[in-house]
Amino acid sequence: MVAKEIRLNVNGIGKMAPGGDSAGEGMPGSSRSGPGVRRRELLITTAMTLVFSATSARALVVKGSLPWATNAGTPPTAVHPGPWAYFTPEEGAAIEALVDRLIPPDPQTPGGKDAGCAVFIDRQLAGSFGSAEGLYMHGPFADGTPQQGDQSPLTPAARYRQALAALDKYCRATYSAKSFVQLSDDEKDKVIVGLEKGQVQLEGTSGRTFFEYLLQNTREGFFADPVYGGNRDMVGWKMIGFPGARYDYRDWVERHNERYPLPPVGIAGRPE
Amino acid sequence: MTRKLPATDVVIVGLGWTGSILAHELTGAGLNVVAIERGPWRDTATDFPPAYAQDELRYRIRHDLFLRPEQLTMTFRNNANQTALPIRSWGSFMPPNGVGGGGVHWNAETWRFLPSDFELRTHLVGRYGEKFLPEDMTIQDWGITYDDLEPHYDKFEYLCGTSGKAGNIKGRIEAGGNPFEGARSREYPTPPQKQPYGPTLFAQAAQEMGYKPFPQPSGNLSQAYTNPLGVTIGPCTYCGFCEWFGCGNYSKASPQTTILPALIRRPNFEARTQCEVSKINLDKSGKRATGVTYVDTSGNEWEQPADLVLLCAFQLFNVHLLLHSGIGKPYDPRAGEGVIGRNYSYQVTSSVDAFFDDKIFNPFIASGSIGMCIDEFNGDNFDHGPHGFVGGGYMGAVQTNGRPIQTARTPQATPRWGAEWKKAVAKSYLSSYEAVTHGGCYSYRDVYLDLDPTYTDRFGRKLMRLTFDFHENELKMSTYLTDRLAEVVQKMGPRQLEKHPRRGHYDVTVYQTTHTCGGAIMGVEPKTSALNRYLQSWDVPNLFVMGATAFPQNPGYNPTDTVGALAYWAADAIVNHYLKSPGPLVQI
Ligand SMILES: Cc1cc2nc3c(=O)[nH]c(=O)nc-3n(C[C@H](O)[C@H](O)[C@H](O)COP(=O)(O)OP(=O)(O)OC[C@H]3O[C@@H](n4cnc5c(N)ncnc54)[C@H](O)[C@@H]3O)c2cc1C
Ligand code: SF4
Repeated sequence: MVAKEIRLNVNGIGKMAPGGDSAGEGMPGSSRSGPGVRRRELLITTAMTLVFSATSARALVVKGSLPWATNAGTPPTAVHPGPWAYFTPEEGAAIEALVDRLIPPDPQTPGGKDAGCAVFIDRQLAGSFGSAEGLYMHGPFADGTPQQGDQSPLTPAARYRQALAALDKYCRATYSAKSFVQLSDDEKDKVIVGLEKGQVQLEGTSGRTFFEYLLQNTREGFFADPVYGGNRDMVGWKMIGFPGARYDYRDWVERHNERYPLPPVGIAGRPE
Repeated sequence: MTRKLPATDVVIVGLGWTGSILAHELTGAGLNVVAIERGPWRDTATDFPPAYAQDELRYRIRHDLFLRPEQLTMTFRNNANQTALPIRSWGSFMPPNGVGGGGVHWNAETWRFLPSDFELRTHLVGRYGEKFLPEDMTIQDWGITYDDLEPHYDKFEYLCGTSGKAGNIKGRIEAGGNPFEGARSREYPTPPQKQPYGPTLFAQAAQEMGYKPFPQPSGNLSQAYTNPLGVTIGPCTYCGFCEWFGCGNYSKASPQTTILPALIRRPNFEARTQCEVSKINLDKSGKRATGVTYVDTSGNEWEQPADLVLLCAFQLFNVHLLLHSGIGKPYDPRAGEGVIGRNYSYQVTSSVDAFFDDKIFNPFIASGSIGMCIDEFNGDNFDHGPHGFVGGGYMGAVQTNGRPIQTARTPQATPRWGAEWKKAVAKSYLSSYEAVTHGGCYSYRDVYLDLDPTYTDRFGRKLMRLTFDFHENELKMSTYLTDRLAEVVQKMGPRQLEKHPRRGHYDVTVYQTTHTCGGAIMGVEPKTSALNRYLQSWDVPNLFVMGATAFPQNPGYNPTDTVGALAYWAADAIVNHYLKSPGPLVQI
């Protein structure tokens, strides 16, 4: 998710590129009436300042007026279909098969695969979510109680890779050398139930934890804004009746027990 | 090398709600104020434009607006026999980061506490006797009364333009408002928000049962409003992307929409963003703060000397900074002595899910604070004698969102995936409803904050360690409240109803609220409190500590109306008393 990466730079003390010093921008004590001019000046001078502007896109010293600049926000970057960004082709195929059982197609609504859930997960793993960016990843690592939360030293991306390899091994060992993709729907469901209940043991990793990640990320892919590659044509939203990124319901608050008539919109508008 | 900067009158740590309020009041009194803020500058129009502010994945699921745990986190354990481990990603609460603080992404549910909440121990012991309270419960009186605070509540609500209906104006009970609230000097600045179907049905059911439902007071404004600082807020459009999100409509009360546009014009104010205060500095005597040390984005360290230090860094970080700076005696749970880290408290919430066949609730038509509530089971509004617990909470139908990743719900018996799940989600989304209780959390001897022996932050400082679990008293309360709530929901006529009282151990991964409280509480004597009734440190009189840090325990409400009122109360004491003769405002 590129938006988050950019934001992290803006947010994250210690994420600063060397040379992206505050000295020019916000020398404490050097009061200035608004940082905007200075920032624009820097932007047009050298390539070096581009690094600078990306890492401290906001003023460090604010005085006199609000530091307003046009288009200073960080909209999300749209994800496009295409080759896998993180998965290998085999991993991608396995994920497509998995998400299509978690959310199977039916006559009204496509399943997880056609809704783009696998593409969504792939792009998430290739981005800041996959690399656990911004999370506290320092040791020592120890298994905690369930109440203490996830304590793994592995990033989500690494965990998916490890779990998918172990799942492939499990399926081939259990179902006469077939991969998960080659199983019948019933067999696939049996494997997934086994993961959910902790009955299918994956080598070197917890099948149950993998299941929880996968289910959560698949749902995200089905219901998140289409800009992230899932929820294609807003199928998830249409299925439940969520109008998406609309912003004004003043006329509708007091229309009780009536179905809201307008179709969903996403951040990038509507497909047609 | 630390570079020393020219001195200023006042340095403020954190530019959230309380930092903005104090900066405004003290620059108004003519002082030079420098506010140092860890996160980035944030503006309504540029950071949360309605073009892309409605992004559940980015803000709700991936926590875009919050502090990165990598930058700073804490460790957690349920009890002192366990080893605390780092909170590696946020779950139960969401620490703020950036100008505006929690005011950017709060719901804006704007509640006053009950008069009895401020004199809690005296009140409960008077009514039920000392023995009624659990032995290890460490609840205390605040050292101020509701009447002391009333003018300051009023000021904060008129700053925000809070939408609501008064239940008690100068002792006169008003129809349609909360009859249990303390007397207010006047009506809310703006009328209540409009109510969608669910809250309306809930209120009808509650009324039929003899309760007195009223609209939840809301900082999501029902109409345009210009506050006393001349800043205008717009009407809320019920977008349903409020809690955890910034409002792109200028409709939610936040420092951005109420104070900063006025504050920033003051020539004697300066904000430094993306600068994290690492320590409050003391002189040799240890009784006087000389200023703060902070680190900028490139790792340079600066010392900002100041005559007055105002700690406005949010409850958790206030305590962390006090512990680190060696101010006040750290709490020792074995001896029951010391004050920094003592009386941590939180919140105990629960819910009732109801599934209907014949109703369309349009859950996405929502605001951070829209809803109809009842207060019969809050505080000591009901006789606890027969029940064997103390405390309570408000409850009601509060329609905050229909964002599907978070809220698409199914009856409990439904599988979590597959064709059946899909069918159930499609059927339930529009026609199910969740009602909630928002319960208090009292304080206990074995619940506290201190420094972790093992884990460190990026400066090499020890992380703060949270030792917390729910106690029997609160679990009983939750069961009782949830049962009462379920009775009302049952009257709304669902096909199926599911109760979710709080049970078992506190779990740091499950979101409840960001209403963490205590750790450096206010009170009447230094032995059992870190701050006096003006939120002034007993140990270091030129240091004042704002926020829910000061709450001796948490009543059954959201904190910020009280946090804001206390900030105005402290500002008043600083301007009208402290500045005239700097020193302790309470003699002991
Ligand atoms: C999702 C969410 C929903 C909420 N909903 C409600 C609600 O409906 N009703 C309600 O009453 N309350 C609500 N709250 C709580 C509310 O946001 C807080 O009570 C309020 O913001 C506290 O004000 P404060 O000034 O103490 O801290 P904040 O407003 O959080 O400001 C603290 C500031 O200090 C900065 N800071 C921290 N440490 C440092 C440091 N070392 N150096 C420099 N700067 C630092 C932080 O970045 C932050 O900007 C909610 C909170 C959250 C997170
Ligand atoms: S619900 Fe209202 S106040 Fe909240 S973000 Fe939407 S428009 Fe703003």
